[in-house]
Amino acid sequence: MIPLLGAGPVIPNFGEGSSCERTNGWFCGSWLSGHWGDTLQPALLQHVELSLVAVAIGFAIAALLAVAGFRRRLVDAPVGAFADFLYTIPSLALFQLLVPFTGLTETTVEIALVSYTLLILYRNMVEGLRAVPAEVLESARGMGLTRVQTFVRVELPLAAPAVVAGLRIATVSTISIATVAAFVIPKGLGYPIFIAINQNLFKTEILAAGGLAVALALAADALLSLLQRALTPWSRA
Amino acid sequence: MLADALTPGTFLDAFRFIPNHGHLLLVKTGQHLELSLAALGIGIAIGLPLGLWLGHRHRGLFVALAASSLGRALPSVVLIAFGITILGIGFWNNTAALVVLAVPPILTNAYFAVEGCDRDVVEAARGIGLTERQILLRVELPLGLPLVVAGIRIAAVFVIATATIAAIAGGGGLGDVIVNQPTYGLAGVLAAALCVSALAFVAASLLALVRRAASPRHAPVP
Repeated sequence: MIPLLGAGPVIPNFGEGSSCERTNGWFCGSWLSGHWGDTLQPALLQHVELSLVAVAIGFAIAALLAVAGFRRRLVDAPVGAFADFLYTIPSLALFQLLVPFTGLTETTVEIALVSYTLLILYRNMVEGLRAVPAEVLESARGMGLTRVQTFVRVELPLAAPAVVAGLRIATVSTISIATVAAFVIPKGLGYPIFIAINQNLFKTEILAAGGLAVALALAADALLSLLQRALTPWSRA
Repeated sequence: MLADALTPGTFLDAFRFIPNHGHLLLVKTGQHLELSLAALGIGIAIGLPLGLWLGHRHRGLFVALAASSLGRALPSVVLIAFGITILGIGFWNNTAALVVLAVPPILTNAYFAVEGCDRDVVEAARGIGLTERQILLRVELPLGLPLVVAGIRIAAVFVIATATIAAIAGGGGLGDVIVNQPTYGLAGVLAAALCVSALAFVAASLLALVRRAASPRHAPVP
């Protein structure tokens, strides 16, 4: 049994918030510095992880489908229609629809996030691959390249800008939608926002987590735009 | 959070929930539509003229691009949560948040629809003495209409989907059922989720038809 120490107070002293925190001011720097480590930073890292995994899996699936679909209408039509359909399902609804199958898990969140990336990634890959001029393919064949060589050395590099453009859009929207994941699992930048909504509408928490989500999306977009530039050396003067 | 057993059989219950609670779902769908249409209407009223005008003047590329990337980066949850702190709980908070989400795709698409019109055609219109207003409304707008409608379609799906989240701010609508699992049960949650999906799908299909009808005959839209 734990000995009771008579001297201390029964209710532990958690300290007091600053006056800004007690009056729910617009933006309390004190809260930010006090809760960066226990609230915001873990949420940010979880958010990055959720988004990164979703975009990576979505990219792999979309790439396989695009390679199969860009020359075959028979594959392209149904895949495009299905991706289109997935995109119209509201994120909150999709999360809930998946719960009976995969439970309140990260899997549920990832399946939903991946399905939102598919449409944009697939469409851009297919458009990019189709936009390669026929004359270029002709001359590649004239130079004696095999089909695989043509694909790897000619079609892929020429389609790369469109692919990365799709990747940018998909990444930004995934980061944004991942905030809704907090409905299902207590992770990501949506979670502090939900806590604030349910408890006390603490403005700083909403603004800080929301601002981080927007900043993360814009930073990812900027990084990918650098990649886009690197992949298209010919577009630079 | 979820008390019910999570079995695929819940899906069947969800389909039974729809006829059994038809009235409830109808009322919630009505609220959902009201909120979505109000936001979409205001969004069009703001985004469309602004996009068309900027596109016509070939100015404000930055505005159009910033609107499109910011519109994608702003999480709806954040907007609604922050809206509560300013406007309180209720219809207008949600409408305001949804308008902010609806404007960017409408504005960006309207801008690029008009901006991308064949300059020779516009010059010809100017040459036969049309005023700038006439050029915009009778030449550029009809030519760019498919793209304009595509922007409205994106916004419509976005707004209907996000109106679900409005429930956390007392917005009513189908989200009320979705976030209220203790009351309606998992079957109810799923039934409402199906209703939202159906609503978004119907809106998207309708606007896809409008887009097709708006396309010039000789230039099929892919």
